[in-house]
Amino acid sequence: MSSRDDILASIRANRPQLERSLPAVPLFDDPPPPSLLAAFKENLELMGGIFLDPPESGDVLAPVRAKIADAKVVCSTVPEIAGNRDIRAIAAPRELADVDFAIARASFAVAETGSVLFDDKDLQVNAVAYLAQHLIVLLDPADIVINLHHAYRRPEFRDRHYACFHSGPSATADIEGVLIHGAQGVRSLSLLPLARTSGASTAWAPAGPEQAERSEACPRPSHRDG
Amino acid sequence: MSNGKVLHPELLAPDDHDSIYRRGRRLDHAGGASQPLRASTLEKQPRGAKVHGNRPIDQAEAAARFIAAPEHEKMHDERLWDLRQKRDRQMHGIPEWEELRALASAIKEHTLTHLDDYLEQFETNARANGTHVHWARDAADHNRIVHDILRDHGARTLIKSKSMLTEECGFRAYMAAAGIEVIETDLGERIQQLDNEDPSHVVVPAVHKLRTDVAEVFARTIGTDPDNSDVHYLAESERESNRPLILAADAGMTGANFAVAETGTFVVCTNEGNADLSANVPKLHIASIGIEKVIPHLEHLAVFVRLLSRSALGSPITQYTSHFRGPREGGEMHIVLVDNGRSERLGLEEFWTSLKCIRCGACMNTCPVYRRSGGLSYGATYSGPIGLIIDPTFNARKYSNLPFSSTLNGSCSNVCPVKINIHEQIYAWRRELVKQHETPFVKKAAMKAAGELLSHPAAYRAAIATADFALAHLPRFVIYNGLNAWGKHREVPHPPKQTFHSWHQSNRGEKT
Repeated sequence: MSSRDDILASIRANRPQLERSLPAVPLFDDPPPPSLLAAFKENLELMGGIFLDPPESGDVLAPVRAKIADAKVVCSTVPEIAGNRDIRAIAAPRELADVDFAIARASFAVAETGSVLFDDKDLQVNAVAYLAQHLIVLLDPADIVINLHHAYRRPEFRDRHYACFHSGPSATADIEGVLIHGAQGVRSLSLLPLARTSGASTAWAPAGPEQAERSEACPRPSHRDG
Repeated sequence: MSNGKVLHPELLAPDDHDSIYRRGRRLDHAGGASQPLRASTLEKQPRGAKVHGNRPIDQAEAAARFIAAPEHEKMHDERLWDLRQKRDRQMHGIPEWEELRALASAIKEHTLTHLDDYLEQFETNARANGTHVHWARDAADHNRIVHDILRDHGARTLIKSKSMLTEECGFRAYMAAAGIEVIETDLGERIQQLDNEDPSHVVVPAVHKLRTDVAEVFARTIGTDPDNSDVHYLAESERESNRPLILAADAGMTGANFAVAETGTFVVCTNEGNADLSANVPKLHIASIGIEKVIPHLEHLAVFVRLLSRSALGSPITQYTSHFRGPREGGEMHIVLVDNGRSERLGLEEFWTSLKCIRCGACMNTCPVYRRSGGLSYGATYSGPIGLIIDPTFNARKYSNLPFSSTLNGSCSNVCPVKINIHEQIYAWRRELVKQHETPFVKKAAMKAAGELLSHPAAYRAAIATADFALAHLPRFVIYNGLNAWGKHREVPHPPKQTFHSWHQSNRGEKT
């Protein structure tokens, strides 16, 4: 008998003969926070992330340009801003080891936990988000969901081979509870709210009433006070 | 900003140099202490339980040595109690917390009673996504399967993230003998690997060590300055020494916190991003997954992710929650589904619900025995309350003492996010082990005497009066000797002047 058959047979022999039905899981989204963006920002900062306030006027990407001004190697996977390391030319992930700043757009974000989701399409080479010293995230404020219950209804978890919530930077407190940013992965995660350019949008509209609430609750980034 | 009570005020650091602030707020996510703490004097690290083959572990002996190192004991106690308080603050912020716990428990019980179906579903979907799925009956099977995969790929070095399952399988020792270099990528786990010591806690593996202990280990192994115990320096040095090993590794390995049957996805939660490095840098990714980790659907995953890090570290979520549904382009992904006693445990009427455990460590953080004796005193892969009820299923003789290392106060059951009745199972194990004659001689002799006494009321009353008289008048060395476990590290309660029975006789006795 194979290990597989052995294990399954052992489970069938030992399985408690009890009636245990599978519960339905509510969405726990009532009441929603008054502003999803404000709630997201608050929780992102509690997780150690940096929220970049977009300027009132002028170049909306100015905070990102300031961040990368002195960087030697910048690897961007977004059309909004160019880097100097072409991720499409990478033959093996380890070639990204010298990247100072990686820039990527998140598929969506979660207000409850301050998390952003990257899938393998957002990152192109998954390792870039961990080997880089710093990570800069673009997020369309229209792409924020209330909580993890809503998050797991998104298609990325069914369609993509890899998807990862980032909630702030790589961190540890393994020595005496002292918080360290940049344990093994990125030393900082900065996020700029920036709507997707039309045509580049891959935003997904869920069925249900939350979509309307969401747009109202999320003003354009230029209206934010920060 | 003060957050709750400090157990040992002398540990409060005189300065806040180590801390990270954001907009004037001191950050304490990812398990960070809610107040800056520092031990004051240099003290040698107490080591764990003495293991002699199959002989019963003497947890009390190792605990006594931990307690005899007050700097270590206080810091351990403080940090874990801090995590417990942070967990409570998170809980109070979620109105549906108790509902989530009930859901988590119900989902797990449903899945475990249909485990064969969900495992087959998981396997089918993982295979459809291009993942190779293997099945391992036990630790030896697991180690051999992983070794075969590595050999097929000519892999000599393996980077891995923390996994209690691989600890359970003695994986690193096996691989060392097979000539394959294993590099742990979690800071705490790496400290323990370099010190040749097991993890002492399922979430914070080096929580029993002080910064000075880490400085000593790193000076000896990765060449740091032995006199520099600055935590930022130590962490940065470890990052720098690990990075080239990560880049050069032939293969990567992770465990899994959850496996979703519906999609064939497995989920790994880390704070350091080390699982994502292990999985995404080398071409080959192997994941070891205990068969009890499977859950039915993605909607259920939400319940567990919301509970896990809040219960473990008092942080809303881990920094990284990674979902692996299939190999990446040009990569290869293998899953090893491991039984190692789990399917048999499913058949233990009083103990099968211990398989609901999601390894958050909340029961350890709250346990007064664990906090004051250190995880290594248990001499087993799983320590603390959850260890007391899991370890005897692996070896009833070796771990026969462990279920007695509890006050049965029930705090563990109260904080468990999947509502395992831990303290009741601890009690049930005591009964079970007595039945199987796996209780130590002194306890057995004492219990036999107590049994005789309790079945003869008159003798009992005489004995109590005698004992009270004796406690009041005997010299200390007679009461606090090696045969009285109660007298170790605590004072025996003052005996009452009069027993309840004699008081009742003289006050109310006449009336009846």
